[in-house]
Amino acid sequence: MPQRITEARIDFTNLRLTTHNRMVMIPAMQAQVVTDHVFAALADPTRRAIFEHLARDGEQNVRALTARAGVSQPAVSKHLGILKHARLVSHRRAGRETHYSAQPQALKPMLDWMGMYTAFWHDRFDSLESLLGRMDQ
Amino acid sequence: MNEAAASRSLVIEREMPHPAEKIWRALTQGALVEEWLMKNDFQPVVGHRFSFRSTPVPGWDGVINSEVLTIEPNSKLAYSWGTMGMMSVVTWTLTPTKAGTHVRMEQTGFPSETDAAYKGATYGWTKFIANMERVVGGLE
Repeated sequence: MPQRITEARIDFTNLRLTTHNRMVMIPAMQAQVVTDHVFAALADPTRRAIFEHLARDGEQNVRALTARAGVSQPAVSKHLGILKHARLVSHRRAGRETHYSAQPQALKPMLDWMGMYTAFWHDRFDSLESLLGRMDQ
Repeated sequence: MNEAAASRSLVIEREMPHPAEKIWRALTQGALVEEWLMKNDFQPVVGHRFSFRSTPVPGWDGVINSEVLTIEPNSKLAYSWGTMGMMSVVTWTLTPTKAGTHVRMEQTGFPSETDAAYKGATYGWTKFIANMERVVGGLE
């Protein structure tokens, strides 16, 4: 009989790892490429500020963005280039003006990644509590 | 903030009816960590590089590369969590309570969050994420 209990525990462990892979790691892996660009683009506080400004107040040109950003216009243009590369920002030309707007849906993979890890850690917390229940003081 | 945004936070907290010393053992003894998290070669030494190993799947080797960042016995543990090109930091904080211990796990996936220069910045990550959750939530 003790043999059977051991086998059941091994199965349980494997099931946990499989669930872990399926639920957390594979979707995270698929979202990785997109998410990496998004993380890198938003690692800079000035770019976060520019992005948030566009997301809240709508389309802007470089001049308006520079007035709020506290850095030079070339610097703002460079930041916009990185945000565009991550597909967080799109642009539209109107005559000699270029208007920039936020594409907040590009954040979704990053937010999904956070959601998957939240599910993962809740599951681990359950396992930790179960282990604590089995441990001696 | 809407419910979905609040629940997506990477801070997970739970009160557990066990003493902090016991939970600390479960968090820092490799064999015990394997029981609830993953296979590992963890050592409770700051600067120790180790890995968590899960079952490999196509496209992912199942390895999480880590380094111990903080060890404050029975109270605080932090390690980096690097996998598939993404680096984050996992921090455990244990606070004794009347009924046991308050266990707090925080996973920050953003290098700037650990950079003191950005602490308290107007556009801190927490606020940024909360704001963006609202914007993205509005799209659905």
